[in-house]
Amino acid sequence: METFVLNLLAATLRVATPLLLAALGEMLIERSGVLNLGIEGTMFFGAFVGFVVADHTGSLWLGFWAAVLSGVAAGVLMAFFSVSLGVNQHVSGLGITLLLGGMALFAFRLLYGGRSVPPSIEPFPQLSLFEGVPVLGVLFRQYLFTYIAFLVLVPLAWWLMYHTSFGLNVRAVGENPEAADAAGVDVFRIRYIALAIGGGLIAAGGAFLSLAQLGSFTHGVVSGRGWVALALVIFGNWDPLRVMVGSLIFGGTFALQLRLQAMGLNLPVPYETFLALPYLVTIAALIIAGRNATYPAALLKPYKRE
Amino acid sequence: MYLVEMLGITKRFGALVANDRIDFNLKPGEIHALLGENGAGKTTLMRILYGLYRADEGQIRVQGRNVHIRSPRDALTLGIGMVTQHFALVPPLTVAENIVLGYTDDFRLNREAIRQAVAEAEERFQIYVDPDAVVQHLSVGQKQRVEILKALYRNARVLILDEPTAVLVPQEVDNLFQTLERLREQGFSIVFISHKLDEVMRISDRVTVLRDGRVVGTVPTAETNERELARMMVGRETFGVTRQEIHQGEEPLLRLENVWANDDQGLPALKSVSLTVRAGEILGIAGVGGNGQKELSEVLSGMRAPTRGRVLVGERDLTGAEPVEFADAGVGRIPEDRHEGVVADLTVAENLALEHLDAFTRNGLLDRKAMLEHAEHLIREFQIKARPTDKAGKLSGGNMQKVILARVLSRQPKVVIAAQPTRGLDIGATEYVRQQLLAQRDRGAAVLLISEDLDEILALSDRIAVIYEGEIVGELPASEATPERLGLLMAGATKEQGRAGTATATTSH
Ligand SMILES: Nc1ncnc2c1ncn2[C@@H]1O[C@H](COP(=O)(O)OP(=O)(O)OP(=O)(O)O)[C@@H](O)[C@H]1O
Ligand SMILES: [Mg+2]
Repeated sequence: METFVLNLLAATLRVATPLLLAALGEMLIERSGVLNLGIEGTMFFGAFVGFVVADHTGSLWLGFWAAVLSGVAAGVLMAFFSVSLGVNQHVSGLGITLLLGGMALFAFRLLYGGRSVPPSIEPFPQLSLFEGVPVLGVLFRQYLFTYIAFLVLVPLAWWLMYHTSFGLNVRAVGENPEAADAAGVDVFRIRYIALAIGGGLIAAGGAFLSLAQLGSFTHGVVSGRGWVALALVIFGNWDPLRVMVGSLIFGGTFALQLRLQAMGLNLPVPYETFLALPYLVTIAALIIAGRNATYPAALLKPYKRE
Repeated sequence: MYLVEMLGITKRFGALVANDRIDFNLKPGEIHALLGENGAGKTTLMRILYGLYRADEGQIRVQGRNVHIRSPRDALTLGIGMVTQHFALVPPLTVAENIVLGYTDDFRLNREAIRQAVAEAEERFQIYVDPDAVVQHLSVGQKQRVEILKALYRNARVLILDEPTAVLVPQEVDNLFQTLERLREQGFSIVFISHKLDEVMRISDRVTVLRDGRVVGTVPTAETNERELARMMVGRETFGVTRQEIHQGEEPLLRLENVWANDDQGLPALKSVSLTVRAGEILGIAGVGGNGQKELSEVLSGMRAPTRGRVLVGERDLTGAEPVEFADAGVGRIPEDRHEGVVADLTVAENLALEHLDAFTRNGLLDRKAMLEHAEHLIREFQIKARPTDKAGKLSGGNMQKVILARVLSRQPKVVIAAQPTRGLDIGATEYVRQQLLAQRDRGAAVLLISEDLDEILALSDRIAVIYEGEIVGELPASEATPERLGLLMAGATKEQGRAGTATATTSH
């Protein structure tokens, strides 16, 4: 029983990591007033680029940074459409998700053909900080990215949001771009920067899946995690700490349902019920938290001066 | 030597020339009023100076040097700050955050240092607001102080205030004027935009009057008077509308019988109100705001159902009916809040067609051409300064009100409900609206005029009823009404006799 709980907790952190990375990125973007529905595609593309580059160069780190760079590019593309051209954010975001998803699959086919067994690489290893120590040993057997996401990025995002002039500018631009502009803030620049950084984080979440968790790339590698991250941002009320809590709740239910499935309990319900569990929890959490959500007031509104 | 000079400034919005070769200058340490009617181009000119718009032609000089102002940032660097008509504050941020926004070079926000700096600025300019308060919780007057402080904090030597008094109650206006006078003593230059003549006379050193995008003239305030300024602003000598006595029809077109209604909180807002408006007369409802006027106008247009009593239009009983049924019965309503009367995101043409789209539908499709023609016709007839394809939300207050008037009145309603129809409008637009209401009456419509402006009530009404705490406390013919008598009724002083209704009020004379 004790190992069950420990394993569950360890898995929770692992499952939550890519969600947290993507959700932090999305949070930054939405705080600046842009809804980035390109999130799912950007994650998928990041997973793809990371895998391909790592596979061809033999360097996992090169793959990872290439993925981050592709995410930055996706963010800048989104900024070009939704910020510079003022295209409807739903349209440009979904467009980017479709475009990147299609591109990744197409390129993957070209590079690897139609294999029945997906190609794989040796993934990032897990670090064991407390090897041999009873409880901590299991709990802290995690990927480096998990440590970075929870222990570095969450506090960093919080500090950036509330204790720097950049964060102040982002919040102002997302709430009232006219006012920010009148105060001398460059609205366009701030939104570009938010989308670039956010895009990079989202793609890092995708790369975590292909380069660490799985060590391979399949077309189901992301399977809706981008949309879950999108929901987590709302659940987290655009606050880094609450977003982290949300990612843990989802990660926990996901890890739990995997174990319930594996236990092969003879329950009178099909196994898909377990599969749906994390998503149901997400929806329930959203319904509860979403009612009091305080959306950035300028979300979805393109800014024009005249 | 001028601090700021604007030379030959021209700004076009499509075909509309909002500023036409305007010359404007500002001396150090003066309060310079920019006076003009709605849509004269005051805001546009100052938005150009503050870098929010780019002039199509013309030059700006600051301290004798030619400058190019491309953004508010450029303006602030030159020492020019502006408090816009709609506040440019970020509601969920604190006062201190709003003040330093866009004006800190440090990446790290040192909250303590910022609070210190803001507090120092408050001391220096004697403008006080709690730096830690969240802006969305502040009153309008406080928000305005934050805006002024924000500009001064950025070392602005020139402060542009766009209709700063429009949103303030009288005590706050006094407060603002004291601040402005203090700033003038400290050597600041202030541009004060307004269309209120008494305020301009009271606070300014010089006045520049704009009309239709052009400068009519610049005069020292000491050498002019309200009358002259009004003439410059409107281009005419005489003001005010004259009401001709006409023989009124006998036919009651609108009747309320013992109507009760609740407000949004569910408390009684109208208490046994009985009124009759006949064809060809204007019944004025006088009263201090918040005494049931809003509910009354809503009950009369189907937006609010009465809890008791009857509402009759002609012979039709419309108690509790839907707005469409009121419209069908020939009731036209000019709402209290004109932003409620137009859909900001739709064009002028669409707004003008809004309430009778059937007329512009062919085979289930909208006939855009007919809509545009209809709009062009009404724009001419009602002298609206806009194009049919302009978004209604972009119009100045006066023009927005004209759009509503055009839509409502062009359908020749039998009954017109006008709630605060001239609130916030300049002299010209006010006069125009009043003329239109009189024209409706002369045409034979029954007009119910709900207004807090006693002058307006007295100028237009054939009969006057006074509402106080949801009750009609008196009703009298216009010939017997004086501001004093109405004032007493409005203050509730004669409520006891007023209870007896018409008889008391009219015979006690
Ligand atoms: N962004 C814009 N796009 C199109 N037309 C505009 C825009 N801004 C102003 N206008 C038009 O330019 C003219 C001048 O407007 P402006 O706002 O400068 O007037 P104003 O003197 O400030 O009036 P008010 O007293 O109502 O504030 C008006 O006819 C207005 O409809
Ligand atoms: Mg204006």
